[in-house]
Amino acid sequence: MSDNSTRELVSIYKYPWTHIITGIFIAFICTVVAVAIGSVYIPVTSVITIIFSKLDVFQQQEQISSSWHTIIWNIRFPRVVLALLVGASLGISGATYQGLFKNPLADPYLIGVASGASLGATIVFLTGVPFTYGYFSFLPLASFCGGLAAVCLAYLISIKSGDTQLSTLLLAGIAIGAFATAITGILMLSSDPDLRPLLSWLMGGFIRAQWSHSILIIPYMTIGIIFILGYSRVLNTMQLEEYYSESLGVDVEKAKRVLIISATLMTAVAVSFSGLIGFVGLVAPHVVRLLWGTDYRTILPLSGIAGATFLVIADLAARTVVSPVELPVGIITALVGSPFFVYLLLKAKRRAGNGY
Amino acid sequence: MAINIKDVSFNYGSPQIIKGINLYLKPGQLVSLVGPNGAGKTTLLKLICGTLKPTTGEIYIQDRPGETFTKKERASKVSLVPQNPKLPEEMKVSDFVMLGRNPHLGLLEWESAKDFQVAGEAIQLTEIGHLLERKLGEISGGERQRVMLALAMTQGSPIMLLDEPTASLDISHQMKVMKLIKKIHGQRRLNAVTVLAIHDLNIAAQFSDRVILFSEGNVAIDGTPKQVLTKDNIKEIYGSQVTVMSHPEHGSPLIIS
Repeated sequence: MSDNSTRELVSIYKYPWTHIITGIFIAFICTVVAVAIGSVYIPVTSVITIIFSKLDVFQQQEQISSSWHTIIWNIRFPRVVLALLVGASLGISGATYQGLFKNPLADPYLIGVASGASLGATIVFLTGVPFTYGYFSFLPLASFCGGLAAVCLAYLISIKSGDTQLSTLLLAGIAIGAFATAITGILMLSSDPDLRPLLSWLMGGFIRAQWSHSILIIPYMTIGIIFILGYSRVLNTMQLEEYYSESLGVDVEKAKRVLIISATLMTAVAVSFSGLIGFVGLVAPHVVRLLWGTDYRTILPLSGIAGATFLVIADLAARTVVSPVELPVGIITALVGSPFFVYLLLKAKRRAGNGY
Repeated sequence: MAINIKDVSFNYGSPQIIKGINLYLKPGQLVSLVGPNGAGKTTLLKLICGTLKPTTGEIYIQDRPGETFTKKERASKVSLVPQNPKLPEEMKVSDFVMLGRNPHLGLLEWESAKDFQVAGEAIQLTEIGHLLERKLGEISGGERQRVMLALAMTQGSPIMLLDEPTASLDISHQMKVMKLIKKIHGQRRLNAVTVLAIHDLNIAAQFSDRVILFSEGNVAIDGTPKQVLTKDNIKEIYGSQVTVMSHPEHGSPLIIS
C-alpha cells in the first residue's frame, strides 16, 4: 500500500524538464518569427541560418544578402533578445512577489516597484555622470535602490500578522507608484531640456535596444535567478502561516529578505533598460499556475519562459500592429493584462478575501 | 528523545502566561496537557517547538538547550500540528504533505527516494492516498486533520506536538483522529514523545499515558489519567461539579458533568 503512495509521489514529483524544454522550444519559435517579421520580411529559414552562422554552430551554406544580415543581427535580434530577458525577469519576479506576499495580484508594476526603480534610474540619468563603464552600469543599481525602497514601503504599509492584505498592498503600491512617478516628472521637467532619450525610455519599450543592454542585464539576472530558484521550495513552505512554516524549519525573516532583494533586483534591472512595462509579472505566473499547479519549483522557471514569450509577442505586436508607427510595448501588455487583472479580482472577490 | 523543561516562564508583554514550569517528558509517552482555556497549553507547545522563545528558563531536547538548534535541526526533532491554521486553499494535498521534508533538504536539493518513502508511509497510515491530487480548500475538516497529521509524520521528528487535534470535528471523526494519533505514536520509534493540548477530558483520559493539568500558567497536577482526573481535582481547577466513573470498556476515568 505505502509502495503505491510512494510510487504515486515519485511520479508527481519529477523535475518539470518536459515542460521547460517545450517552453523553451515555443519561446525559440516565437523569437525566430519575431525576428523574421518587420518592415522587411525575411524568410524564417534565412533567419535561422543567419542566427546559427553567427553562433558558429554550422558554416553558412548559402549566400544571404548582407542587408538582411545587418537587419537581423544589428536591429531585430538584439531587440528580441532584450525582450526575452526582460520578460523572463518580470515573469520570475512577479511569481516571487506573489508567493512572498501570498497575494495573486502582486506584480512588480502594480506594487510600485517598477515606478520606484524608474525614479532611481531617473536620478542617475539626470546627474549627468557617465553611468556606463565598459560592461558595468550604475543604472541597474540605482533602479534597484529605488525599487527596494518602494517594495519595502508597500510591504510595511500592508503587512498584518504575517500576511499582506490584498487591497492594502495594491493601494499602497498605487500610492507609492504615483508618488515616485510624480517625483520623476518633477525631476525631468526641472532639468536639462534634452530629455528625448529619457522620455522614450520611460514610455517603456525596446526601440533603442542594443546588444550591450542584454550583456549588462545578464549578470544581475543570473544572481537573482540563482537565489530565487534556490529558495523555491522554501517559498512553497512560506505559503503557510509564518509560525507553521517556521515549525517546518524555515527561517522566515531571512527567506523574506533574500527573496525581496532578489526579485527587486530582477525587476529593477529590467526596468533600467526597458522602462515601465506592466502586467507581464501578473499574466505569466498566473497562466503557469492555472496549467501546472502551485509548486514554486515549477512555477518560477516556467513563469520566466512564459514572461519571455509573452513580451516577445507583445513587442512584435507593438511594432507591427499600426506600422509604420511603433507603439510602446507597455500599451500592448496593458491591453492584455488589464482584463486579466479584472478577472483575478473577481476571482479573489468570490473567495471573499481568503488570501491565496 | 526526552524533553526537559526547566524553570520556563513566558509573557507576551505584561501578563505572565507560563509561570516557571518544570517538566520532564519521557521518551515513549503520549502526554495530554489539559486545563481551562487560557491556562497556557498552546503557549507551552509553541515554546517546545521553538516558534516562541522562553522569557526565562530553558527547554532541553535530548540534553541539548533548545536555543542551540538551528531552525532546521529543531524541525527535524519536533513537529507541530497547529489548531485550525489558515491553509493555502489552492495548494495540492501532495504538495502540502511533501513540505514535511523541508528540514531534511538543502536549498537546491530535490526529494530522494527516501523522502518519498517516508511520505508514502505517512500517506498510507493516514489513509489520504485518494486525496493527493485534491486542493486543500476542497477537503473536509476530518480530511484536513489527517492531511496535517501526514505532514507532521513526513517531517519524521521523534517529538510530535498536537494542538487541539479534535476541535471542530464531529464525534466519529474525533475518535478516528485520536485512534490515528495513537497509531502514529505507536509506529514511531521507541523514543517518540507525543504531546497533545486538549480540552476534552474524556479523550485525554482514554488515550494518554500521562495527563498534566494546567492552571493559570502552572502545572497543577501531573500523573496518570486516573490520578489526575478525579472529582476533587476537577472541582478545584475548573470549579465545576462532575461525576467521575470508570469507562465500561477501557477502565479509564469517564467524566460526566
